[in-house]
Amino acid sequence: MPPPSALSLKGVRKAFGPVQAVDGLDLEVPEGTCVGLLGPNGAGKSTTMRLLTAQSIADEGTIDVLGFSLPGESKQARAVMGLVPQLDNLDTTLTVRDNLRVFVRLYRVPRAEREDAIRRALEIATLTERADTKVDALSGGMRRRLLIARALVHRPRLVLLDEPTVGLDPQVRQELWALIDRLRSEGVSILMSTHYIEEAERLADTVTVMAEGRAVATGRPKDLILEHAGRTVLEVYGPPEHLRTVETAAQDAGHDHRRTGTSVAILRAEGLGGSLAGHAGHERAANLEDVFVALTGEEVA
Amino acid sequence: MSAGPETPPGSGSDRDGGAAAGAVVPATAGPRRRLGRLERLAIEGVMTREVINWLSFWKSSTFSSTVEPTIYLLAFGFGFGSIVSEIDGYDYVDYVGTGTVATSVLFGSAFSAMFGSFVKREFQRTYDAILAAPVDVEELVTAEALWMAIRASVYGCFPLLVAMIFGLDPAWGMLLVPLLCFPCAFGFASFGLLISAIVRSIDSFSYYQSLILTPLFLVAGTFFPLDGLPRGIQIASELNPLHHLVELVRGAAFGFDGWHDVARFAALIVFALVMWRLAIRQSTKRLIT
Repeated sequence: MPPPSALSLKGVRKAFGPVQAVDGLDLEVPEGTCVGLLGPNGAGKSTTMRLLTAQSIADEGTIDVLGFSLPGESKQARAVMGLVPQLDNLDTTLTVRDNLRVFVRLYRVPRAEREDAIRRALEIATLTERADTKVDALSGGMRRRLLIARALVHRPRLVLLDEPTVGLDPQVRQELWALIDRLRSEGVSILMSTHYIEEAERLADTVTVMAEGRAVATGRPKDLILEHAGRTVLEVYGPPEHLRTVETAAQDAGHDHRRTGTSVAILRAEGLGGSLAGHAGHERAANLEDVFVALTGEEVA
Repeated sequence: MSAGPETPPGSGSDRDGGAAAGAVVPATAGPRRRLGRLERLAIEGVMTREVINWLSFWKSSTFSSTVEPTIYLLAFGFGFGSIVSEIDGYDYVDYVGTGTVATSVLFGSAFSAMFGSFVKREFQRTYDAILAAPVDVEELVTAEALWMAIRASVYGCFPLLVAMIFGLDPAWGMLLVPLLCFPCAFGFASFGLLISAIVRSIDSFSYYQSLILTPLFLVAGTFFPLDGLPRGIQIASELNPLHHLVELVRGAAFGFDGWHDVARFAALIVFALVMWRLAIRQSTKRLIT
């Protein structure tokens, strides 16, 4: 028997007018794992998140969340999951504590456990010292930590993270990664949409690459890399005409390659031979970014 | 009116604790787990948010909702009062003092519903946050309208208190005023939520304000009796909830008019229920895509 799914989408389609935002998406989050939903802007990641909280209703397909079938049983599902939205929607004129106080009510934490839940959330967000500070006065990183902690007050079994670190400093981002990693180690199932490759690579057990509303590849990061980009990548630098020659050679030899601004990256460089072998370049390990570009044809931020 | 017949009191709370321990959720949801509509916990949750927010800005909110009707009261009471001493057998300050209760209810409900909900939906994204929790649009709208109606019903009493300073005689019936205000306030709060769910831009509110709310507010019998108006307008004013509220408040202050006032109160309840359902329908369209 396969491990139970915290979340499962099958053949989900959703159009907004003429725009097919989600186009036959299959997606699985096995319980206790972190799945990264990786895709460029407009790939349908945010629509997928909205479908999972039933703030959008799918045109076709089935969605199951923690054993509840959406949209009919979405309220039950929402009671046992948490959403960290991409856009900060904290009550900025309220204190940190009051923001949490509202959400322990909305998430129906029993009265006797509310104070504990708030204390725990403050600890998770490492904002205990700032509990009585108004959100207005918090830094961007603190606000994001509060946004995450707010989604955890009811100890959800599934957490949806919609671009959790978008627009934050690298240092703050690492702080949040530690927080998310801790959640994962506690056995919470996580679906995290992101367009930061490194984020997916570090946190996700499996990654689903999404393009134009559907999943184009799913697997563990290292399997995906091996399958779609090989072991090593050769980066060849040089003047534009030289790069064009290299591209043509790669084309002829049937090697996937991509232009990365100042260089040409040739995937699966471990099998390199013939006219390509002679090109001097910098050999490096293939990474998820290579996969992403190979699959979606888009460069990433 | 908050609770329909399908309200299951407190259902669903049994699961909250269980989830904490990471209990295994069965593959199919049994009837025990089915969460109902219009749940008390959801409505309380949304209202808690409103109350906590209100506590952080109650001064400005109370100021704008009570001072403006008071200014009307003073301006008309003393402005017209110097020309007109009595209307329909009432002292003019008493007449306007009781009438502006409805004005205050309108300002406290319809306006804060329109602007407040637009800001919460479009700018602060508060509704997105609430709807990601186990709260449905129906509960969200109901809780918002309930809170605004309670608040506006209390604000509605301020003009009476001010009028008392200027000579309005207290009466036991006045204790009923918040209750009389409530369905009207709930209806106008729902109306505000409805309009907010219709408009694309916050500027569009001025159309509804100028074409609907201002006429309703002026032709409600607040500042002058409707007897002198053309017959068509008199008949139309029977459809104006504010007019009924004005008459009911005068009834509370000076003596009720039997079944006629019962009918007026019933009309306000119908108004409230119709607006409530319309607000839910339109908000669902707007919020669930």
